[in-house]
Amino acid sequence: MYKSISGRRDFIRKMAMLSAMTAAATMFPGILFAKEQEDGIPKDANLDWKKGPCRFCGVGCGILVGTENGKAVAVKGDPNSSVNRGLLCVKGYHQIMCIQSKDRLQHALVKKNGRYVKTPMHEALDIVANKMKGTIKEHGKDAVAMFTSGQSTIPEGYIASKLMKGAIGTNNLDCNARLCMASAVTGFLTTFGADEPMGCYEDIDHADYFITWGNNMAEMHPVLFSRMLEQKSRRGAKIIDFATRTTRSSTASDKSILFEPQTDLAVANAICYEIIKNGWVNKSFVKKHCNFSKGLTNMGYGLEDNYKFKDIPEKINFDEYKEFLKDYSPEKVSKYSKVSVKDIKYLAAIYGNPNTKVVSYWCMGMNQHTRGTWMNNLVYNIHLLTGKISQPGNGPFSLTGQPSACGTAREVGTFTHKLPHGVVMNKKDREMAAKIWKVPYDRIPAKPTYHATEMFRAVDRGEIKFIWTQATNPMVSLPKTGRYRPAMQKESCFVVVSDVFPTPTSDVADVILPAAWHIEKSGMYGNSERRTQHWDKMVEAPGEATEDAWMFIEVARRMGYGDLFPYCKENHVEEIYNEYRKFHAGKKHNMAPLEVLKKQSGAIWPYVNGKSTQWRFNAKYDPACTNGESFHFYGKKDGKAVIWQRPFEEAPEKPDQEYPFWLNTGRVIEHWHTGSMTRRIPVLHQAVPNAYVEFHPDDAKKLGVRNGEKIKVTSRRGSCTLPASINERGLPTKGQVFVPFFDENMLINDVTLDAFCPISKEPDYKKCAVKVEKA
Amino acid sequence: MVIKSYLAHAVKGKKQELLEALNKLNQCQVTSAENEDIIVLVTDTSDDNEDEILKEKIESILSLKMLSLVSGFNTSTLK
Repeated sequence: MYKSISGRRDFIRKMAMLSAMTAAATMFPGILFAKEQEDGIPKDANLDWKKGPCRFCGVGCGILVGTENGKAVAVKGDPNSSVNRGLLCVKGYHQIMCIQSKDRLQHALVKKNGRYVKTPMHEALDIVANKMKGTIKEHGKDAVAMFTSGQSTIPEGYIASKLMKGAIGTNNLDCNARLCMASAVTGFLTTFGADEPMGCYEDIDHADYFITWGNNMAEMHPVLFSRMLEQKSRRGAKIIDFATRTTRSSTASDKSILFEPQTDLAVANAICYEIIKNGWVNKSFVKKHCNFSKGLTNMGYGLEDNYKFKDIPEKINFDEYKEFLKDYSPEKVSKYSKVSVKDIKYLAAIYGNPNTKVVSYWCMGMNQHTRGTWMNNLVYNIHLLTGKISQPGNGPFSLTGQPSACGTAREVGTFTHKLPHGVVMNKKDREMAAKIWKVPYDRIPAKPTYHATEMFRAVDRGEIKFIWTQATNPMVSLPKTGRYRPAMQKESCFVVVSDVFPTPTSDVADVILPAAWHIEKSGMYGNSERRTQHWDKMVEAPGEATEDAWMFIEVARRMGYGDLFPYCKENHVEEIYNEYRKFHAGKKHNMAPLEVLKKQSGAIWPYVNGKSTQWRFNAKYDPACTNGESFHFYGKKDGKAVIWQRPFEEAPEKPDQEYPFWLNTGRVIEHWHTGSMTRRIPVLHQAVPNAYVEFHPDDAKKLGVRNGEKIKVTSRRGSCTLPASINERGLPTKGQVFVPFFDENMLINDVTLDAFCPISKEPDYKKCAVKVEKA
Repeated sequence: MVIKSYLAHAVKGKKQELLEALNKLNQCQVTSAENEDIIVLVTDTSDDNEDEILKEKIESILSLKMLSLVSGFNTSTLK
């Protein structure tokens, strides 16, 4: 807990204690130190506790922030939140410390003659609006672009969409959620015709098995993992970790199964092969509720500029699907996946046993994959074949990495192809948006433009001449940053960056706009289980730091769109949310009224007749089911989900003689994404002050590499030098190295490859070929 | 001066006993986890010798199952 500490000795004692707490939190996710929280609160404090969601990951833990005299002085887990039941992870617990950071952006900065000049906010917004307007006049509306965030609030994402698509009339809007869960979206849409998980976190209380697919939940979703561990200890539930690297999740699991990168596609098919071969198919469920389809194969990897792909689905029957699976017997798959036949059969038997309840969890391992959509489809196949879906304790569940990747990016729709309801390609969806936004129908273009990677390629090519980023740090998080950093520095593009802290992205900006942080504004986030959570502004932002939504509104008004943005500053969050709710009216996606969200720790949509819908598509729980059956996959016109025939295909770049190692990148529990917040929290920064490269001990021995030794990791794109880590936190398989990406001083994304899933356009950060040498 | 932090794991069912025993030692500052059998222990002694003696005392507590060192600071410039 944040507390000013007087005296160096006191400080060291405090750091020693926090180091131990951090260590405890990594060993026991969700561990709670109530006394330490109390100690952090001034003795004579008269704190006002306000509820909200955590600022960090997509779990959406409820927090209570204690404020005194206009300052946030304490954070504790919200015991009334069904998500975390009072628990928090080490990041959540220390989150408010970052807002005290000395280098906080408090005033607008405008680059003049190569130097940033402090500029009054109203003048900076004038510059942004004039530049945007001038660019449109000179080069057309598709010369301006906006890149937003899964950390933007629901009202912020909504106003961004309305400004770009409704007011200006360009689909040049995409967001960083493209980099983390776009494959989950396309997976859901292709299989079910409706995005987001059908289940909820309460599944944890019912499941007998948790199978995690390439997902280090102990570090990335620690509170949910602690809930799973609780069920393991209380009921004997089992956790099976299926991954390419041994992590803290592996060691806490009942069984760890390692596979060769990219071969998860084949193993998933092998599980389906076994399910069919052993007669474990839930025949009546499949007959009533599923269709079979196949799509195009050998799609490429999007490595070339202007890459385009459109899948062409073709209906197949069960026998054709069964025939296709003959290439995926455990014996055949074992040879290249390096998963034993026994382990493949073990996994299949868990899913195939009609008496066990199974939840599959995944996050970046399956989504950041050049066949990410297929991988999502394949896990759905397993659950559909066995009928283990949409019931308490049974279902596939994609987790998210950002606090509102679901609420803002997916539901509001801050992607190039999306609208708050539906997609730009659909006439009815455009008509609905035009009506609610009060704009001419033909102003909203019917064709998507640039997804994230292509947007920054377009900046490089000089097609985009104005870009505005908010609450995101693409100069650290994009793959192959070695291309996109110089692109953003080109004079051909005017760059506006709104953020709370200076970052490598604000370093390339022409205008930097200081943004209010989380609790310095009101808003809503939507978490991984479709839960929308509201919070009220708790403290004032420093200097001229402003809510992102209000900056958009001010710029829109300056550009002449004032009639479309009639909101008042004091109440704009409520006004925007009420307008946004109109898009989702109806039993399939109704959002809870604001007064409900203010009273309780969130509500799960569809919110119908005063009730959250915990399990969609199941008639027992979901009022939108109308087919008279137990299940209704109403996202598809025929009410049936699709079992997809998706083959194994190789990664675009594999280790070879010149670049003999796989490079896998990811995160650590102490740091959140690009570290712009957590590296400003002393206890977290000191716990892991820099990135590192993990080796398998046999590889390290062969190369003569010792712990801490400087290692240069090089790919065909670039290189990065980091200290070696052997037998410390994680253990990559032989022939693989792992590097966390949070460290802006050791930019591993200069090394990664900008290949992406042709359907979702989500890049693969988990697989490329590198060589390693002593620096 | 030596400042160290540890994770102290209690014998099953004896967390409170361990907490009380550690609290009796002057150079110990303890924080107990609410939902796990873990106690965070910070020791603050004047030199290595005193630190060694204290560690022996801690390790002799019967309700202690395991003591894991997390961090250590040793500097003569601390005031």
